Amino acid sequence: MTQPILKITGLKKHFPVSTGGVFSKGKGVVKAVDGVDLEIFPGQTIGLVGESGCGKTTVGRTVLKLYEPTAGTIEFNGEDITKLTPKQMKPRRSQMQMIFQDPFASLNPRQTVGTLIGNTFDIQGITPEGGKTEEIQRLMKRVGLNPEHINRYPHEFSGGQRQRIGVARAIALKPKLIVADEPVSALDVSIQAQVVNLLEDLQEEFNLSYLFVAHDLSVVQHISDRVVVMYLGKVMEDADKKDLFLNPRHPYTRALLSAVPVPDPKIGRARERIILQGDLPSPVNPPAGCVFNTRCWKAQDKCRTEVPALVQISTGHKLACHFPEPASA
Amino acid sequence: MSAFLEVKNLNVSFPTEDGLVQASNDISFSVDRGETLAVVGESGSGKSVTSLAVMGLHNRKSTNISGSAFLNLESGPIDVISAPEEQVRRLRGKSMSMIFQDPMSALHPYYSIGDQLSEAWRLYNDGDKKAGFKRATEMLELVGIPDASKRVKEFPHQFSGGMRQRVMIAMALINNPALLIADEPTTALDVTVQSQILQLLKDMQKEFNMAVILITHDLGVVAEVADRVNVMYAGKIVEQGVADGIYYHADHPYTIGLLNSIPRVDQLDGKRLIAIPGQPPSLINLPQGCSFRSRCTFADQVPGNLCATVAPTLDEKDSAHFSRCHLTEKQLVAARGGK
Amino acid sequence: MLKYLVKRISATIVVLTLISMSVFLIFDVLPMDPARLTCGKSCSPAIVEGNRHRLGLDVPVQVQYGRWVKGLFVGRTYGEGQAEIVCSAPAFGYSFNRHECVTDLLKAAFPITLSLALGSFVLWLLVGVSLGIVAARFKNRWPDRLSNVFVLVGTSLPTFISGILILLFVALKFGFINAIDLGKWHSPFTDPIGWLNTFIFPWITLALAYAATYTRFTRSNVIETSSEDYIRTARAKGLSEKAILRKHTLRAALAPIVTIAGLDFAGLLGGAIITEGIFNLPGLGRLSIRAVLNDYDLPVIVATTMLAATFVVVMNLVVDILYAYIDPRVRVA
Repeated sequence: MTQPILKITGLKKHFPVSTGGVFSKGKGVVKAVDGVDLEIFPGQTIGLVGESGCGKTTVGRTVLKLYEPTAGTIEFNGEDITKLTPKQMKPRRSQMQMIFQDPFASLNPRQTVGTLIGNTFDIQGITPEGGKTEEIQRLMKRVGLNPEHINRYPHEFSGGQRQRIGVARAIALKPKLIVADEPVSALDVSIQAQVVNLLEDLQEEFNLSYLFVAHDLSVVQHISDRVVVMYLGKVMEDADKKDLFLNPRHPYTRALLSAVPVPDPKIGRARERIILQGDLPSPVNPPAGCVFNTRCWKAQDKCRTEVPALVQISTGHKLACHFPEPASA
Repeated sequence: MSAFLEVKNLNVSFPTEDGLVQASNDISFSVDRGETLAVVGESGSGKSVTSLAVMGLHNRKSTNISGSAFLNLESGPIDVISAPEEQVRRLRGKSMSMIFQDPMSALHPYYSIGDQLSEAWRLYNDGDKKAGFKRATEMLELVGIPDASKRVKEFPHQFSGGMRQRVMIAMALINNPALLIADEPTTALDVTVQSQILQLLKDMQKEFNMAVILITHDLGVVAEVADRVNVMYAGKIVEQGVADGIYYHADHPYTIGLLNSIPRVDQLDGKRLIAIPGQPPSLINLPQGCSFRSRCTFADQVPGNLCATVAPTLDEKDSAHFSRCHLTEKQLVAARGGK
Repeated sequence: MLKYLVKRISATIVVLTLISMSVFLIFDVLPMDPARLTCGKSCSPAIVEGNRHRLGLDVPVQVQYGRWVKGLFVGRTYGEGQAEIVCSAPAFGYSFNRHECVTDLLKAAFPITLSLALGSFVLWLLVGVSLGIVAARFKNRWPDRLSNVFVLVGTSLPTFISGILILLFVALKFGFINAIDLGKWHSPFTDPIGWLNTFIFPWITLALAYAATYTRFTRSNVIETSSEDYIRTARAKGLSEKAILRKHTLRAALAPIVTIAGLDFAGLLGGAIITEGIFNLPGLGRLSIRAVLNDYDLPVIVATTMLAATFVVVMNLVVDILYAYIDPRVRVA
C-alpha cells in the first residue's frame, strides 16, 4: 500500500477583509478554502475543478505553503509540513513545484531563459552534474525548446514557448509533486494540446504527481485520474475520473457537466442543459448549510441548515450532498 | 434576396514599425437575419479585425481597409467600408451592435448602469433622462437581471461578471439592431454563466430576428450556437460552411487538426491528443504559398512543391462548403488514412 | 457616510495635534535660544530673562505647549501689569521682533498668499489641463511636440530663475510694473485692477512650473484612458468622438487630478516662499522665511507651520470626499 505523496486534511484558508477606514479592524473573512480533504499518490493526476471563487487556486498555493494555512494539516511525502517555517520549507521545496497560469506574467522579463531556469539550482545550492548550463539546455530540449535560445529573453518567445519555460523551471529539480495552476488556459487552442501532451510525457518519464487546477473540464477530463469538484471553498464531489464524468452524483457536478460545450453540433443540439439560476454568493458571506443550496434546484430545508459531510457513497467516490442524484448506468 | 450583411474581399492591414501587418485577407462571407455565423480562430487569425472593420471601429488614418461590407438596410444598402465615417457612426448602436470579451472593463466605472444604457438609447431616440431610465429598466428585465428597477441605478462594480455581460447585451440590443457581433462574449466567464449567456443570446436573436456573428476560439461553443462557420487562420478564411459540414466533414488540415487536438468531456477513452505542431505565423512575414504549410501534416500528399509556392484559393469542395487547400478529395482521404 | 466623516475628522485632529507637538519638541531641542534673540545687541541679561519669562520660555516644554493650545481657544496674556500684552483668540503667540500678536501678522499676510495661490491655481489648471488634452488628442504631431517643449521648460526651470527672468525681462522691462509699487497690496474688492497688476506676474511664474507637470499628467492620463475598454464600448454605441472625449474619457482621466490639484493648492496656501520673495509680496511665505532666517521668531514659526499643516490636512479630507463623489467605487457603502 503506497503512501500518498500529498495528503491534506481539513485544510482551511481564510483571508481577512477589512471594510472600514483608518481605525477599524478587519471585518469579515473570505473563506476561500473551508475544509478540504485530498490525497495524491505518486504518478497520479488529481484534477481540481470549480468556477471562480471556489478556492481551487488557493488550495494549490496553500499546499505549497505559498500561503500559510488557517487550519488543517498538509502532509507531504509522509511528513507534516503544516507548521514548518519558510526556512524549514526551503530544502523541501525542490520536491514540490508549481507551474503558473499566465506565461506572460510569471517570467521575469529582465532575465534570460538560462537565468530563469538556472535560478532554481542556485536557490537550492545545487550544481547539477555535468554543469549547470548543460543541464539547462538539456531541460530546454526536453520541453521542446531550442537549447540555442538559452540567452534569449521571455518576450522573444510565444505564449506556448513561455509556458514550456515554466515547465522546464518546474521539473529542473526533479520534484515529486507539481501543482499546475491553469497551465493551458491562457494558451491558444492549437498550442494547448502540445503542452498537455508534454505534461503527460513528463509524468510518465519521472513518475510525477500533478495537482491540476483548472476550470476547463474538457482538459481536466483528459489528463486526470481523479477529479475533485469544489464550490465556494468546499469539496462537493471527489471521484475517479470515469465515475465522475459518467455518473456524477452531485447536483452541482451535473449542472457543471451539462454546461460544458461539446464540439459536436448533434450532441450540442440534443443535450439537456441544466441552467443554474442566480449568481455565485459572496465568499465573505457563504450560505448557511450546504453552500450550494441557493442555486440548487432540489434544495430542501435540510440543505439550508445542515452542512453535508463529505462521505463515501461508493468505492472511491465521495460526495457532500443530502440528496444525491441517482446513480446512472 | 440578399443577406443583411454581405462582405466581399475585405482586406485589413496596419503599417507598423516592423512592417505591414496583413491582419485580414480576402475575406468574403454573408450573414442574414435569424442566422448565426461563428468565426473561429486563434490569436492572430484575424477574426476580430474583420468584425471591427464592419463596425467601422478601426482608425481610418492608421489602417488600410479595402473591399466592401454591405449592410442591406430597409432604406437601402450601405457599404460601411467606403461610406463616410459619420454615416457609419450613425449605424453603430442602431443597425449594428457589438459586445466584447471582457465585461469587467467594458463599462465606465463612474456612471450608473442606467446612465450608460440610457445614453445608448437617447442617442437615437427622443426622450429625456426619465424615459431613458425606463427603457433601460425594461432592457435589464429582458436580459434577466433580477430587481431591475433598483439595479438600474447601481454602478458597474456592483455587478458580477455574468451580470455585466447581460448589461452589455442589454446595451447592444436597446435600439433593436439587425446585426449583433459578439466577440468572445463568454471567454472570460465561468462555464455555468457561459451557458446562461449563450442561451440569452439565442433567445434575443429570436426575439429581435437578428443576424449574429459570434467570434470565438472555442469549438464547443460554436457547435452549440452556430448555423454556419468561418474557420480563420493567419488572416484568411481557410474553411467555410454549415456547422455540420465543418464538424463531420472537415476538409482543411487546420480544421481537422483542431478537432483532433481538443479534449472532449464526453470522450473518456484517454486517447492521446494529436497536437498541431509548430506555431501560428507572424502576420508581417507571411510565408509564400499556403500560410498553414509549415504546420500541415498532410502537405506531403500534394505533389510538387505546390503548397510552398502557390497560395491556395477558397474553393467550393462540396455544396456550400469551401476550403482553402490544394488537397483533392482523394488526397485528403489518403492523408487521413482512408477515412 | 456620517461615520466615515467622524472618523476622518477625528483623525485630522489627531494629526494636527501630533504636528504641533512635534514642532514644539523640535524647537525645544534646537540649541538656539529664542529669548536671547528677542532684542539684539543692546540686551542686558535682565531684559533677556524678563523676555524669557514673558514669552513663557522659562517653563518646561509641555507646559509651553499646554499654554499655546489654551491660547488658541481663549487668547493669551503676556507679562503683567504695565507690560501686559493681550492677544485675543485664536492666539498663536506674540512676536517680540515685530511687536505684534502673531495672529494679526497672519491675518495681514494670508490674503496675499490666498490671492497668489488662487490665481496661480486657476491659471495652471486651465493652461495645464487644456494643453494636456490637446497634446493627447494630437499625439506625436506638432501640437504634442510643442507642448512637450513647454513641459520640459516648465519642469526644469526653477521658480527662482523663471521668476527673476519674468520680473526683469518682461514686467519691468516693458513697464508693466513699477519697481516701487512691486508687491503692493490692493484689495480685489476695492481695486481689482491694482490687484491684478500686483499678482499677474507672480501668477505666471508659479503657474509655469505647475502647469508643465499638469500638462504631462493630463496627457498621459487621457492617452491611457482612451485605450480603456469602456471607451471602445462608447464608440461601439455610436457616440461621436467629441462626445466620447467629453463625457467618458475626460471624466475618468481628470479624476486623479482632483487629488493632486487639491494638495498642490493646499501646499501653496502655506506660502510660496521664492515667488513672494522675488515679487516682494508680504505673504505667509515671506513671513515664515524671515522668522526662520532672520529673527528666529519662534511663535511665528510655530504658527506658520501649523497653518500650512492645517491647510494640507484639511484639503486631504476635502479631496477624499470629492473623489468619492466622482468615483463610485471608492464610496463607503
